[in-house]
Amino acid sequence: MSRQEIRLSGFGGQGIMTAAHILGKAAALFDQRNVTLTKSYGPESRGGASSALVIMADEDIDYPLLTKLDLLVTMSQEAYTKYIGELSSGGLLIIDRDLVQLDQPRDDIEVRSIPSTRIAADELGRKIVANIVMLGFLAANTDAISKDGLKESVLKSIPKGTEKLNISAFETGYGYGSQ
Amino acid sequence: MANNGILQGSFFMDGDTACAEGALAAGCRFFGGYPITPATEIAERMVLRLPQVDGTYIQMEDEIASMNAVLGASWGGARAMTATSGPGFSLMMENLGLGIMTETPCVVVNVQRGGPSTGMPTLVGQGDMMQARWGSHGDYEIIALAPSSPQELFDLTIRAFNLAEKYRTPVLVMTDETVGHMSERVIIPPPEEIEHYPRRKPDVPPSADYLPYKSEPNSVPPMACAGDGYRVHVTGLTHNEKGYPDTVNLDVQQQMLERLINKIQHNKDDIIELHEDQVEGADIVVVAYGISARTAARPIRLAREMGLKVGLLKLVTVWPFAEERIRELAPKIKAFVVPEINMGQIVLEVERCAAGQTETILVPHAGGGLHKTKDVLATIKKFA
Repeated sequence: MSRQEIRLSGFGGQGIMTAAHILGKAAALFDQRNVTLTKSYGPESRGGASSALVIMADEDIDYPLLTKLDLLVTMSQEAYTKYIGELSSGGLLIIDRDLVQLDQPRDDIEVRSIPSTRIAADELGRKIVANIVMLGFLAANTDAISKDGLKESVLKSIPKGTEKLNISAFETGYGYGSQ
Repeated sequence: MANNGILQGSFFMDGDTACAEGALAAGCRFFGGYPITPATEIAERMVLRLPQVDGTYIQMEDEIASMNAVLGASWGGARAMTATSGPGFSLMMENLGLGIMTETPCVVVNVQRGGPSTGMPTLVGQGDMMQARWGSHGDYEIIALAPSSPQELFDLTIRAFNLAEKYRTPVLVMTDETVGHMSERVIIPPPEEIEHYPRRKPDVPPSADYLPYKSEPNSVPPMACAGDGYRVHVTGLTHNEKGYPDTVNLDVQQQMLERLINKIQHNKDDIIELHEDQVEGADIVVVAYGISARTAARPIRLAREMGLKVGLLKLVTVWPFAEERIRELAPKIKAFVVPEINMGQIVLEVERCAAGQTETILVPHAGGGLHKTKDVLATIKKFA
């Protein structure tokens, strides 16, 4: 598969960076693809729009930053406003539907939505795993990443003792996306 | 993790972390430093990891003291390093010279950011390349390496430690914010596959005849450290073969300085590492280093798709400079194109060596970002 670019975005504290690291690790170590992950590192990482870009390719990744965004995941209105313009025509937008209003509708992209934060809080009892719910939903909506690899990467990246909660979050998100 | 506390296997990690792990794999057991963006992650990783391998981490009061602590640790027998960025690199310059003068093996990593002064702390730059060469006062040679990826940052940190020991000199790893902060797959080989150049100790017993700065055939004397039982005087003053200051004898200065320079100049074939891609037969040769060598690969590929003959000469070793290779290529090509994230530094070296035999064209970038593919491509097309 040739180069794919995925941006994960939201606000500081939602676990966007963690989710991006898990995604990058899954592709690099489990799917054995070339991966470059870059993160927003300025003042925005202390509040405001927070984002990370995961580039995956079978060939060498020469240019390590954005060239053509294929998939945008966003979990905040501010991040949506900031990054929606980057999404290329024919691209896929994934949102947390409770946190993002599609006030800049585009007819050249696909949109999938999930109430990931609400699911994490109400169904799983821990809002903190909203990012993992979103990763599960992502896995169900793209062939850029293997479900097994991503699940394995979640397990390898979380604190001991939280495996059950995180896998449950991942499977819930995946299940929601597979409906 | 292997039994000795050194990682082994495939990892997904950022460049700064890879740098720290490379240092540990190379046997580094001392880090003296002062945190600074975008090099802080190296210090953070060392804080966590050095105690696990019986090493020592000291956060010093500033970068002047950090550099001195590193030199002291090296004379105490440890493989020692520090990591910083532009403002800290400036403060280290004085004692970098002390390290060169006292022939102290150590590694200094500069994760470059936008400058001058405090500049752009969170964004990329390559503006310290000439400072790396000439930043300390007096005359000297220096070794500087430039990685383009976290894996290379791991590999070149190991190489930096080995070159430092082999040539008894501080070695600079000139990376940048983009490489330092990006995460990629990093493969850490088993310990037996990692090169380890041991510190050369005197092969004579401690006696009055021992000359710690004797000029040997390859110009690098063995090193007796504190506790080894030898009487060694370590000074930044001009010194004779015994290591004693002799600050008015012009012959002593001449002999000492020539040796400091020649031990690197005469071993350039060993020190200089270049990666060449389709340079033979090229009309345009892009000369680049670090992250800029990587971003240049895309416009080069696009130019080749247009039928242009473009090669990439990547300077893995930036200092000492690959003079011979540039001289050799100059009469055969239409132009050197040099993209760098500064307003023209290494391009001056390329131009000097090209000596008017071909065009040398800078593609500058003031810092804070990477070259746009179209800018480098436009320059290639213009001169092809």
